[in-house]
Amino acid sequence: MNLFNTIAVGMKEVWAHKFRSLLTMLGIILGVASLVGMSALIKGMENGMKEAMIAMGGADKVLLEQQEVPSWQEHLAPQAPGRTMADVIALRHSAPLLRLVSPEMAVNDVILSRGEKRTWPSECVGVWPAVLEMNLHTLAHGRFFTDLDEEQANPVCVIGTGIRDDLFGSPEDLGREIIPIGETILINSQPFTIVGMFERYEGEEDRRQRELAAQRKNEPQVGPQRQRGWGRRGNWAFWRKNQTVYMPLNTAWIRFRAAGDRDGIPDPRLTDIDLKVAKLELLEPALQQARNVLMLTHRGIEDFGFRTQENQLDNINQQIRNARLSGGLIAGISLLVGGIGIMNIMLASINERIREIGICKAVGATGPAIFTQILVESAVIALVGAAMGVVASYGFVQVLAQMSPSANAPVITPLALVVGVAFSLVVGVVAGLFPAFKAARLNPIQALRYE
Amino acid sequence: MALVEVRNVSKIYHLGGEEIRALDNVSLDIEAGEFISIIGPSGSGKSTLMHILGCLDTPTKGTISLDGVMIQGASPRQLAAIRNQKIGFVFQFFNLLPKLNVVQNVELPMIYAGCSARERRERALEALEAVGLANRSKHRPSQLSGGQQQRVAIARALVNRPRIVFADEPTGNLDSHTGEAILALFRQLSTQGRTIVLVTHDPEIAAVTPRRIEIRDGKIAAKVDLTLAGLDRSPRSGPAAGAAP
Ligand SMILES: Nc1ncnc2c1ncn2[C@@H]1O[C@H](COP(=O)(O)OP(=O)(O)O)[C@@H](O)[C@H]1O
Ligand SMILES: [Mg+2]
Repeated sequence: MNLFNTIAVGMKEVWAHKFRSLLTMLGIILGVASLVGMSALIKGMENGMKEAMIAMGGADKVLLEQQEVPSWQEHLAPQAPGRTMADVIALRHSAPLLRLVSPEMAVNDVILSRGEKRTWPSECVGVWPAVLEMNLHTLAHGRFFTDLDEEQANPVCVIGTGIRDDLFGSPEDLGREIIPIGETILINSQPFTIVGMFERYEGEEDRRQRELAAQRKNEPQVGPQRQRGWGRRGNWAFWRKNQTVYMPLNTAWIRFRAAGDRDGIPDPRLTDIDLKVAKLELLEPALQQARNVLMLTHRGIEDFGFRTQENQLDNINQQIRNARLSGGLIAGISLLVGGIGIMNIMLASINERIREIGICKAVGATGPAIFTQILVESAVIALVGAAMGVVASYGFVQVLAQMSPSANAPVITPLALVVGVAFSLVVGVVAGLFPAFKAARLNPIQALRYE
Repeated sequence: MALVEVRNVSKIYHLGGEEIRALDNVSLDIEAGEFISIIGPSGSGKSTLMHILGCLDTPTKGTISLDGVMIQGASPRQLAAIRNQKIGFVFQFFNLLPKLNVVQNVELPMIYAGCSARERRERALEALEAVGLANRSKHRPSQLSGGQQQRVAIARALVNRPRIVFADEPTGNLDSHTGEAILALFRQLSTQGRTIVLVTHDPEIAAVTPRRIEIRDGKIAAKVDLTLAGLDRSPRSGPAAGAAP
């Protein structure tokens, strides 16, 4: 008896008990749907995280962090200099393995205002032009700071589109885009001229959603404004990047810090020094070099450390792995339960068909033929269930997409589908083994005498 | 050498410490082309004997050779092949598969023989033709009368052109009129040269066969052979296969 025939007979058997088979398949359907759904969700999460990482400056960015001095230098802690411009200058001159050194001096507790409108930026910092490449900014309008701005500590700023939206109105609301170059805004009551504006940063999914919304613009909105999903719309990292306000480093220093930031004493410390290495392969030696230079400027007090995005990437990958593991476990358990259901139904089914099996044996069916028949039947149930599960998973993912922030929109991967179906097949075959073995071993006489 | 040679076959069941000798030292020969009945009261061991002869069961003691093959050493796989190729069964309760239609039921042995779909269909229809049911090939067994179902079972038994057909009380579940028609069919098949073993408890039915073996309590009580006495009314001595009576 060839396989095609066997499968056809198996299909017929499944079809003969439609409802029962459907109930049996439910476990597999749910298992596959949850497997595919979970992995789609995790894939979406991964995409969102990776996008966010790039939004925050890419993989080759290294943060020079302030750290507690090591315990054996504790007595030197009060003399720890912190990160200052001296470090930046030294690194620029003496650490050739670094491609980019970008100092940042944050102005704290900033309120931006223009007329009646106010907003709070995610960060308001004094920077060098190196920050553009460091944080992967793209200037869409106007210009960035010149050496003259830096030297004269000019009251100029470059803003993200989020700030523009808050102070001038967003293109979505106004129907046209305002480019506020040359306008004056107040940063903590000091007038600043906007000289440039970045492009709008957003994730793939956000862009799609926005463009879709723009096309549907003409439909009148009914009821209050609705928000999709939980939490802030879109990727947090992109939102943050759009709420940036930059000014020349000297401006931040002279207009805000030198005027007394820390108990009225000028605070020369930088809030951040970001580095980019010339070659990612030379990350270790570059950091070693930077460390040596900084040990000199810090007079041997090790009050700093490096944080690479590699750590960040490891972190993301670790989280993804954990999510995958727990998701896979749940789906696996559900498939296992599905398999037990199949085994149960197959045992019941061969009990019902003892007589039929006896007849088949009487007319010449071998044990292996019966074995194959039952096994194929079980596999057919699992595969049909898996196919329905794949269909169900598309629906499931639609539901998940409604619930999750758009930046992490779930993505169905072909791999998940293949794994889901293959695993179902394995479950079906394994679940069929015992019933098939039982059926194959049936004694034809007892089977025929069985009433 | 006879088609079937049974030598000192015993079948012993153990039920709760009690020994049941379903067959006790049975020896007999069946020649090719014979029409023979095994007769005896209920519980005498007829079915047990038939099952052993039909390779559905194995004897506790003794040897059987079928068409020159010793059954003892055969593996389950070989036994299945023998049942498939050399033996046809007809049972009291028809034993058709309810989910298959008539022609599919008849095709069943050929599926296990590995015949192509076309050959299966052709030969199944041929066999149905031979039992006069060609026009019912698409029906379900449940849509047929008992006599018709038994004809389907006979067609199934014949379809692989077996060396021997065993019929266990084939009329036991039929009214006497239908039963007679079935018996007539068997007689007709016998005249075409088939070897048929008819198992029954009814002497009247056994009377249609020229040779009878009577079983009582698992032992052969009597062998009646009308052919030896020259009283054979059936034309089996001249196996004119295919010749219409
Ligand atoms: N599986 C079995 N276990 C125990 N005893 C059995 C079994 N099968 C048959 N027998 C016994 O063997 C004897 C012969 O049975 P059977 O061949 O079916 O009789 P018949 O077909 O002549 O009516 C009976 O006494 C029956 O109870
Ligand atoms: Mg019987």
